[in-house]
Amino acid sequence: MAESRAPVHVTGEVVATKRIGGYRHLTLTAPGVPESFRAGNFVAVTVEGHVARRALWVHRVRASSAFGPTLDVVVETRGSGTAWLAAQPVGARVTITGPLGRPFALPKDPVSCLLVGEGYAAAPLFPLAERLRERGCQVSLLVSAPDEAHLLSALEARRSARSVTVLTADGSVGQRGTVADHVDDLLVRSNADVVYAAGPTAVIRAAAAAAERAGAWSQVAVEVPTPCGTGLCHGCPLPVVGEDGVDRVIRACTEGPVVRGDRVRWEAM
Amino acid sequence: MSARVPGPVMVAAGCGGTGRELEPYLGPAGLDGLDFVTRSITLDARPGGPGPRLVEVPGGIVNAVGLPNPGLEHFLATELPWLVRAGARVIVSIAGATMGEYADLARRLSRAPGVAGLEVNVGAPDEVGVGLFEVREPYHSASVIAAVRREFPADRPVLAKLRPDVSRIVEGARSCHEAGATAVVVGNAVPAAFPDGRAGGLSGPAIAPIALRCVATVHQTVPEVPLIACGGVRDAASATAYLRAGASAVQVGTALLHDPTTLARLRADLETSHQEDP
Repeated sequence: MAESRAPVHVTGEVVATKRIGGYRHLTLTAPGVPESFRAGNFVAVTVEGHVARRALWVHRVRASSAFGPTLDVVVETRGSGTAWLAAQPVGARVTITGPLGRPFALPKDPVSCLLVGEGYAAAPLFPLAERLRERGCQVSLLVSAPDEAHLLSALEARRSARSVTVLTADGSVGQRGTVADHVDDLLVRSNADVVYAAGPTAVIRAAAAAAERAGAWSQVAVEVPTPCGTGLCHGCPLPVVGEDGVDRVIRACTEGPVVRGDRVRWEAM
Repeated sequence: MSARVPGPVMVAAGCGGTGRELEPYLGPAGLDGLDFVTRSITLDARPGGPGPRLVEVPGGIVNAVGLPNPGLEHFLATELPWLVRAGARVIVSIAGATMGEYADLARRLSRAPGVAGLEVNVGAPDEVGVGLFEVREPYHSASVIAAVRREFPADRPVLAKLRPDVSRIVEGARSCHEAGATAVVVGNAVPAAFPDGRAGGLSGPAIAPIALRCVATVHQTVPEVPLIACGGVRDAASATAYLRAGASAVQVGTALLHDPTTLARLRADLETSHQEDP
């Protein structure tokens, strides 16, 4: 397979925009990006009038549609940049760089996997679940959020996942509680060999710790601000322990965002 | 034989990653023939500062990245050979805590195959904060340049990267040139602060008028000093402004964080305008 995995910097277009709960879901064309995307990759988007880029997780990739290959991103409005992005109408042109970063590594054998995510940052777990199912892996999915408005819908994931568990901190939908409360139990019940986690630091840390206790492997998609997203600025430090046992600070955007959970120096984050 | 001044378009220190991350955006030629200034290399590895290292402000960014780098040894073993194979003209930015460290770096880099030149980082916006040799006065910078020049072959360029401080830049440029700098890079990030008061450096379009004033002033006062402009270069117009003011080359930095293809476009634009304007 000689397919190029190098990122591209292209002009895309918003082909659909939808508000779901507290998030804005945008469907974008970005020639060359969906084609070489792997679950865990992200894209960087230019925001008018801002020097830094906005990094977005990819929620879904369609190999073909009426618009050709597309990708879906989830935007949470946090400041003027994300507000601008969320307000882009259908037809708006957007400058996109991607796919960026190291994706999730997939198991060679059809093992049992537990996927744990919270909020909009759980997005990369959805394309991951599809890939895992294609490989014959048994997928259990745990999605959590502070409340219903910030929960990514797990409805579509039911096709890829053998079991889906929904948690909200306020109990507005699914079970009440946090990932830390439920992840150990779920890990035992799913008999998972690998844990994949995406979301805020506390959530992926809890998932990695649970994996460690259960003797499972873990991979976490770390979310730290990435000013350029491309590895040029060294502005997204992620403290890890290298394979050689030496403490290092790597770039979350380039050597991450997906890293082994047992390699992250959580106390230094 | 005296050293050639690089350019006309260069990658600014600290904005090109290790080179590998920039390569996908450089077009078919890639890094071949490109003057690539590395991020600052120190004798020992540095993890860099804590996050957030960069914050966006109107017209630019404030950074306090803290010079993360793998140290000279690792750089020579891994990053440099890759850059040389890719065809880049590698200009290694060096930073040290003492004059002796600068001299050590220069001596060891002079023996490393493929090092086309050095850029001496003597204008960091917060050198004390990041543990670098303090260059309060122009003669401090000049002493560092002289120490580096003694250790580095005369046929390869040594660039002095200074702070774009209009009240000191002429004296700084003149003394660094007299100390043996092939050209002076004007300039580094402007001393600034994060919203929480932490020290950092401002870069991007916001500082272009400041750097332009410095370039013009130096060129008018000491026209014999070759100048390389750095600060907010993002397109042919901003580059041409510097070239008209007396710079013989420009460095592209922060613009690459916004659009990594800036360099490829700028190279093409400047070459075209050069052909049209014989």
